[in-house]
Amino acid sequence: MADQPLIENDEIVKLDKAYKTYQMGMQEVHALAGVTISFKKGSFWAIMGPSGSGKSTMMNILGCLDRLTSGRYLLESRNVGSLDDDSLSELRLRHLGFVFQSFNLIPQLTVQRNIELPLYYLGWDYTRSAKRAEELAEEVGLGGRLHHRPTELSGGEMQRVAIARALANNPRIIFADEPTGNLDSATGEQILELLVNLNRQGKTIIMVTHEPDIAKHAHNKLHMTDGVIDKIE
Amino acid sequence: MKQTNKIFRNIWLGIENVLMHKLRSFLTMLGVVFGVGSVVAMLSVGEGASKEALEQIRKLGSNNIIISAVKSAEEEAMSTQHSHMSIYGLTYEDYLRLSESFGNIKESAPVKLLRKESRLRERSMELRVVGTTPEWFKLVPRAIIAGRVLLSADQDKKAPVAVLTEFGARKILATENTIGQTIRIGGDEFEIVGIVKSESGQAGNIQIPDQQIDVYIPIEVARKYFGDVFMKITSGSFEREQVELHQIIAQVNNTENVESTAQAIEEMLKRFHKKKDYIVSVPLALLKQAEATKRTFNIVLGSIAGISLLVGGIGIMNIMLASVTERTREIGIRRAIGAKRRQIVLQFLIETVVLSTTGGIIGLGVGALIPFLITYFSGMMTVITLGGVLLPLLISMTIGIVFGLYPAMHAARVDPIVALRHE
Repeated sequence: MADQPLIENDEIVKLDKAYKTYQMGMQEVHALAGVTISFKKGSFWAIMGPSGSGKSTMMNILGCLDRLTSGRYLLESRNVGSLDDDSLSELRLRHLGFVFQSFNLIPQLTVQRNIELPLYYLGWDYTRSAKRAEELAEEVGLGGRLHHRPTELSGGEMQRVAIARALANNPRIIFADEPTGNLDSATGEQILELLVNLNRQGKTIIMVTHEPDIAKHAHNKLHMTDGVIDKIE
Repeated sequence: MKQTNKIFRNIWLGIENVLMHKLRSFLTMLGVVFGVGSVVAMLSVGEGASKEALEQIRKLGSNNIIISAVKSAEEEAMSTQHSHMSIYGLTYEDYLRLSESFGNIKESAPVKLLRKESRLRERSMELRVVGTTPEWFKLVPRAIIAGRVLLSADQDKKAPVAVLTEFGARKILATENTIGQTIRIGGDEFEIVGIVKSESGQAGNIQIPDQQIDVYIPIEVARKYFGDVFMKITSGSFEREQVELHQIIAQVNNTENVESTAQAIEEMLKRFHKKKDYIVSVPLALLKQAEATKRTFNIVLGSIAGISLLVGGIGIMNIMLASVTERTREIGIRRAIGAKRRQIVLQFLIETVVLSTTGGIIGLGVGALIPFLITYFSGMMTVITLGGVLLPLLISMTIGIVFGLYPAMHAARVDPIVALRHE
């Protein structure tokens, strides 16, 4: 038993008896109440559940935006629970990508500058990042929109920008938080197609959604209720 | 190399962000603009004042001591009586004692002053006649425009020669070609031998020794032709005054000895004059006084400028705090993407410094305009020095750092999870 590694080679993230507890007045609320699960490299997971089920908390924990109250979170071989704020930032910067429901682009910056944002923090020089941004825009079908501002784009286009930005650092895992929540179903399908394609190229994708139609694109589904895993499909 | 590139890029991003809200940025930096403007103006006015003072001291001669004859208070009271003759002022004796018994005095010149109607050909005007010795031109050094100054030979021969000043010469239509011609001063004829430049004006409460309408003649000649008694006709009555010497100018060999020598002269004169009918002026004392005034001036203006800079800084801090709240979501996005806390701090700090420094540069322009206007309207001398430019810029940058730090720290404390949900 002692020789057993904490995380298997083909696993990318692993939660072990994960608890996240909030103090609400006199009451303790468990957003995560002892979750143990591991995701394989290259998998496409949909985390489902009603609001308040803990799926967003799970996403924040897995995305290194938040820390567990107790339990263990392993990202590849790193014990994320013992990392400080700077190291968590570093981890997000180098290995993770995020796509949000409300796109979360910076309105003052052009499409190009939004895509370049992670590269800026990675310290890439101007020409190199401009080239990378151009390639990414092409990849997500946004060629020719590089110098527009987000406010001049449609919802679908904004989400494409967000995906391009999430890809800029060539991440191991892409976290998508209700990526189609603000889009009509046709546009939503296109965005999902993009994610499916990325998954085919080998990226691990963890998506939070409450729509079964969207979740059906994922290989694995995880249902949550009251901070615990209800069902795995 | 890469590091400096990164810094420039950061600064450029800060500038971009500032440019995105032009009006707001401009209003934000107004406080610093006026703060820095007042610092620049203050420094240049202060610098100008001290330079002006120095300039005047130079005209007076910084090692000079000027002893002037004045009517004593008692004489002043008596002189209203009809046909009273006032006898006061410095004497030839004073001059001899001064020039012979003070080891520290390098050079000295007696001065006799009178006003005489003078005529050159058809042109006539009143000139101030200065009867003095050749030493005068060493004590009050002025450039020679034409001819020569007085020589000791003139003194020995009691030659009726006159040296005009540039301004007076122009007024009476004398030029270089006039040298050698005859000018009538009072009732007597003099040969014009030279023209010198003149300075004029007041330095503190000391009259600069020369005036623009001076004509210099040997003192022996002045004494012989015009005597020591002067008549002044004033509204119906006339008064007579007997003054041997109006001024004695003495130059001390060393700046350090100026004040002690002046004191010794004062002591000496006190012993021989029953009434206080003389004033000993020390240009050097004036210099010290000017410096003290400048200090006071700087302290007063400095505090005003300091307060306006403080207000400017607080203004910037306020707006930056509002900006942090407004951009909470942006901060959240940057943090989620992987920006570290200190990178957020740096971003906001640079923005504040860009704002305050830009304000500082604009303030520099405003501040340079103020002394210009002051000089234009009041004639006060103002000087903008390199230090007067660098100091305010440094101050404005410091303001950016000091008042930007708190908003920047505030920004870095934003929790990305909360910020991303922020609307």
